Amino acid sequence: MSIYSYFPGCTLKNKAQELDECARLSAEALGFTLEELPEWQCCGGVYTAAKDEIVTKLSAIRALAAARDAGQDLVTICSACHNVIKRANAEMRDKDFDFKVNNYLKLDRPYHGETHVYHYLEVLRDKIGFDKLASMVKRPLTGMRVSAYYGCLLLRPGKVMQFDDPENPKIMEDFIRALGAEPVVWAMRNECCGGYVRLDEPKIAWDKSGKILSNAKDMRADLLVTACPLCQYNLTSNTDYDMPVFYFTQLLAYALGLKEMQEVEHGKC
Amino acid sequence: MESAESMKQEILRISGVDPLKCMRCGKCAATCPCYDEMEYHPNEFVFMVERGEIGPLLSSKSLYRCLSCMACIERCPRQVEPAKLIEAVRLYVERAKEGSHMTPQDMVGRLEDQMPQQILVSAMRKFNK
Repeated sequence: MSIYSYFPGCTLKNKAQELDECARLSAEALGFTLEELPEWQCCGGVYTAAKDEIVTKLSAIRALAAARDAGQDLVTICSACHNVIKRANAEMRDKDFDFKVNNYLKLDRPYHGETHVYHYLEVLRDKIGFDKLASMVKRPLTGMRVSAYYGCLLLRPGKVMQFDDPENPKIMEDFIRALGAEPVVWAMRNECCGGYVRLDEPKIAWDKSGKILSNAKDMRADLLVTACPLCQYNLTSNTDYDMPVFYFTQLLAYALGLKEMQEVEHGKC
Repeated sequence: MESAESMKQEILRISGVDPLKCMRCGKCAATCPCYDEMEYHPNEFVFMVERGEIGPLLSSKSLYRCLSCMACIERCPRQVEPAKLIEAVRLYVERAKEGSHMTPQDMVGRLEDQMPQQILVSAMRKFNK
């Protein structure tokens, strides 16, 4: 039984509890445990590109150091947390940044980027294996056409995230195939839903999410899957379309026989 | 008001971008999902910062319409990374006294029941200092 340190993030503790709950349940069934870090702080949602910002990156470093101290790899699920934490870890390779961070934090043991960060999907691909996952599926999603919506944060910047090919990813399609469904490959799967601009100028997010939903509809998708609560929100709040959008862990928990579809559809996981 | 040259140097310092690497292919603008909504496009941020034409950028709505999707960063064939310049210009504005684009009070009236926490923290990181 592998044990990973786990950074759930603010949204998985609140509006996206089903993303978290289905992930934990499925992990136990697949033979690994997510051990929530005892003291994690919100990652901040977005990683600043500014070279001179330190403080906005520290909560990620604290989580990374805590996983290192526990002797565990760190797992994230929310696309935003994953983006922030992986990028903060990569920035520790910059000597100047490393010096300033450690000078500020004064950890018992200085942190130098030792922790390995996995997205939950990467654990499925690299640690469990999609073949093994497929063999454990109790309720295959046969005949279902599923579009993987990657969005921005899982993939970019590609050199830092190293999650998959940023322009032609396949990890989520392989995941969908392992669950017995048919993955739909479509043009808009790695374009932006409008993100946080939804709060400032809702029309912009409405347009962006509409383009994504329109493309998914044209490709005859039955539903979309995402790992990002903000993508989920932007896509489902656009009432021009009636396309179901699920978290990938919801489909996983259903296919493993851990949750009923009714519970998944009503967001109770 | 600072000189255009000192503003340019500060923006280059914050961003770490070298605009002289740009070969003006326009791929960043072509791939920008907010192209139609932006007054100045990613390629223009690169060109105008290089030329020291900072003034018009400081008051442009384009600063708040960049989605931080990193499409221009990923697809730039010369690794210029235009979104980093947009972010640096926005921070230059927001770091000044009362420079925030959105305050927590502004946010209250815009909240919707099902909005994820992620949107609130992200908007505060991008629009408030």
